[in-house]
Amino acid sequence: MDLEYGAEYDAFREEVRAFLEAHKPGNLAEASAEDRSAWLTKQIEHGYWARTIPTEYGGYGAEPNLLHTIIMDEEFNRAGTLRGTPSQGPSMLVPTLLEHGTEEQKRRWIGPTMRGEVIWCQGYSEPGAGSDLASLQTRAVADGDDFLISGQKIWTSTADKSQMMFALVRTEADAPKHAGISYLLVPVDSPGLEVRPLRTMAGDLGPSSFNQVFFDEVRVPRSNVVGRRGEGWKIANTTLKHERNSLSSNAEGTWMRLAKLMRDETMNGVPAIASPVYRDRLMQLQARMLSMKYHALRMLTCALKEEPPGVAGLVAKLENCQLSFDMAALALDVMGELGALYDHAKYERARGHWQAHSMFALGLIIGGGTAQIQKNIIAERGLGMPREPKPAKA
Amino acid sequence: MDFGLSEDQRLLDETLRAFLADRVPIDVVRAERDRLLEAPETGIDRALWARLAELGMTGVLVPEEQDGSGLSLLDAALVAQALGHAVAPTPFLASGVMAPVALRTLATPEAEGELRALATGERIVGVAATELFAVREDAGLRLEGDRVHGKAMMALGGVGADALLLPIGRDRLALVAAEAPGLTQTRLATVDATRCTSELLCEGVPVLWLAREAGSSIERMLLAGRIALAADTFGACEAMIARSVAYAADRTQFGRPIGSFQAVKHMCAEMIADLEPVRSLVWYAAHCFDALPDEAPLMAHHALAHGAEVAREIASTATQVHGGVGWTDEQNLHFWFKRVATNRHLLGSPTSLREGAAALQDFGA
Ligand SMILES: Cc1cc2nc3c(=O)[nH]c(=O)nc-3n(C[C@H](O)[C@H](O)[C@H](O)COP(=O)(O)OP(=O)(O)OC[C@H]3O[C@@H](n4cnc5c(N)ncnc54)[C@H](O)[C@@H]3O)c2cc1C
Repeated sequence: MDLEYGAEYDAFREEVRAFLEAHKPGNLAEASAEDRSAWLTKQIEHGYWARTIPTEYGGYGAEPNLLHTIIMDEEFNRAGTLRGTPSQGPSMLVPTLLEHGTEEQKRRWIGPTMRGEVIWCQGYSEPGAGSDLASLQTRAVADGDDFLISGQKIWTSTADKSQMMFALVRTEADAPKHAGISYLLVPVDSPGLEVRPLRTMAGDLGPSSFNQVFFDEVRVPRSNVVGRRGEGWKIANTTLKHERNSLSSNAEGTWMRLAKLMRDETMNGVPAIASPVYRDRLMQLQARMLSMKYHALRMLTCALKEEPPGVAGLVAKLENCQLSFDMAALALDVMGELGALYDHAKYERARGHWQAHSMFALGLIIGGGTAQIQKNIIAERGLGMPREPKPAKA
Repeated sequence: MDFGLSEDQRLLDETLRAFLADRVPIDVVRAERDRLLEAPETGIDRALWARLAELGMTGVLVPEEQDGSGLSLLDAALVAQALGHAVAPTPFLASGVMAPVALRTLATPEAEGELRALATGERIVGVAATELFAVREDAGLRLEGDRVHGKAMMALGGVGADALLLPIGRDRLALVAAEAPGLTQTRLATVDATRCTSELLCEGVPVLWLAREAGSSIERMLLAGRIALAADTFGACEAMIARSVAYAADRTQFGRPIGSFQAVKHMCAEMIADLEPVRSLVWYAAHCFDALPDEAPLMAHHALAHGAEVAREIASTATQVHGGVGWTDEQNLHFWFKRVATNRHLLGSPTSLREGAAALQDFGA
């Protein structure tokens, strides 16, 4: 075991730090779309975002190096600012295009997506197709050089703020369930496409955006199919893989904020941290947080050595999302009756931050493959347990 | 950057696991349990210890200058992991980890002599450490002149050992012969029949030697013991999950293997999802012991406490996966159940370890 990064990496870390000191913007949440794009563009110019994407597609063109990625993430985290943008375009669509897209698709979409000029949403789930995604029914019928899409998507995050959607639609009506699906790029302002926002449980506690999307003969050119027609399921699985990788959380930062809260918050004149009961829970969470931190380093090592991590590689989403929820639960307990305050009520703590954290953590337990689906995957793919028998045909 | 095992460590792990699978299958563990039920005062199985000595396991933490292999605590943790996996009845925790770490930190000529003897496996040393973190039953050792008086509870690996290492307070360390006059050792049987704990009553026991200002030696000994114990628990959990998955593939109900029922799958998935991150924490704690000593105490507290919590869940869940047969003596799963149930309270119970972890960070009281 050797946890040193080595001199050349220490130098790289220094560079990233110096960059952040010189260029880190103020509050991004309040920045204009132009300012945000400018900040992303600056990151790309220095190679701290879109680092390994070829220059002809708008990236920086460096060789892939996991340690550089880790160091950049660590330093941006430490500086309290986001590296790039966590939206679904860069994290899910771009890796998919790089793997399966045509030359033209890559040139057209990757650069603007990485610079935040084009925002994407993910049109997978439907009212009748969630965990059983392959049962999706939204149809795309060939019509000359186009497809005509009809149907409905739901739970589509950020659809109301997006210009584009990457969607799964059924193009081959007669093919078996998994073989009839294509991966299609759809402009959100297309005629016949309607986005209806849904109010989430988090209300206005956070920047949530959840939508239904209706398609009524929405016309999209055939050239917008990514990969081959009918191979959308296979391609989507690469996307889902990227989603799970990008769902890693900053559990350590959350834990530190929780510990600070427990030092600051007093009840009956005593800080919460002085209560042995609360303190015990904080310690239990610290142990889980640390085990996930070192688990990530172990998984990183497997990736560096190109060794398959086995079942250990499948557990992070399940564990991290639950840990995040449990940390918020302790914070709320510590604040007691004040923790329930909301909507600028007098004495409200941090604008209801921990209530929001709790609800968003719950959303992540469900979204991107529910906890139960993760357990199916761990048991079947990780432990090799027998699959559920198919129900007998009536 | 390499958070993983070296080639040598993998080889060590594989060699030992193959050896244990061959030489200490579960019916050997069962026979050992039965032997101890018949003759409780005989203690340690010296024949097995001698065979482990041939593989070099008794000298893992003994420096090369004293004919050991001078390896790291991560190597020792791998040994503990494999022994826990096999529920092997050995005095490794006391004689293979705690005593060597205490002795090599002392670095006196007497300690070096002792280390040489430990490495061969011919000499076995038990350790009385309980009063360092939990005093019950008015236990505690003191010196009067150069003789030891008082009582120590739950000494590790002492029944059948040649000598006992006794911390006296927090900064003196004495070695006494197991057969010394004035020393009465009584085996305290635990639910786990694979290792021996005992009570030591001392009425003017002469010391073989006494080290003063041994505070850091005692601390390092306890720290190493905790990390190795966490690794032992981890190994036992790995085995319980593997047995559950295998049983679920084999056992049929309602015309299909029970492993195809989702409730059973999810039990297994939860066990492994909770356990895999523990491996990383235990390895990191072991790495810290040698490479980042300032971080090691916190990591050891958490690894042992958190590992114990996860282990309790796994021991219960694994038994449930087996149904009624899991509750029998015959099925053998209970050997692991009892191993982790006992480990949970050796060298500090989870709640007190977490209090310790909080104190290390100046939290609270
Ligand atoms: C915050 C958030 C953001 C999201 N963003 C998007 C997005 O941007 N784009 C998009 O397309 N979708 C999005 N989703 C949808 C998400 O992917 C689905 O909600 C999820 O896959 C579950 O599908 P479902 O809602 O239909 O629930 P269902 O599949 O109906 O599940 C209901 C319950 O049944 C259980 N269940 C279902 N099948 C099984 C099974 N085989 N075994 C065991 N249990 C089972 C589930 O675990 C769950 O507990 C988002 C969801 C959330 C919460």
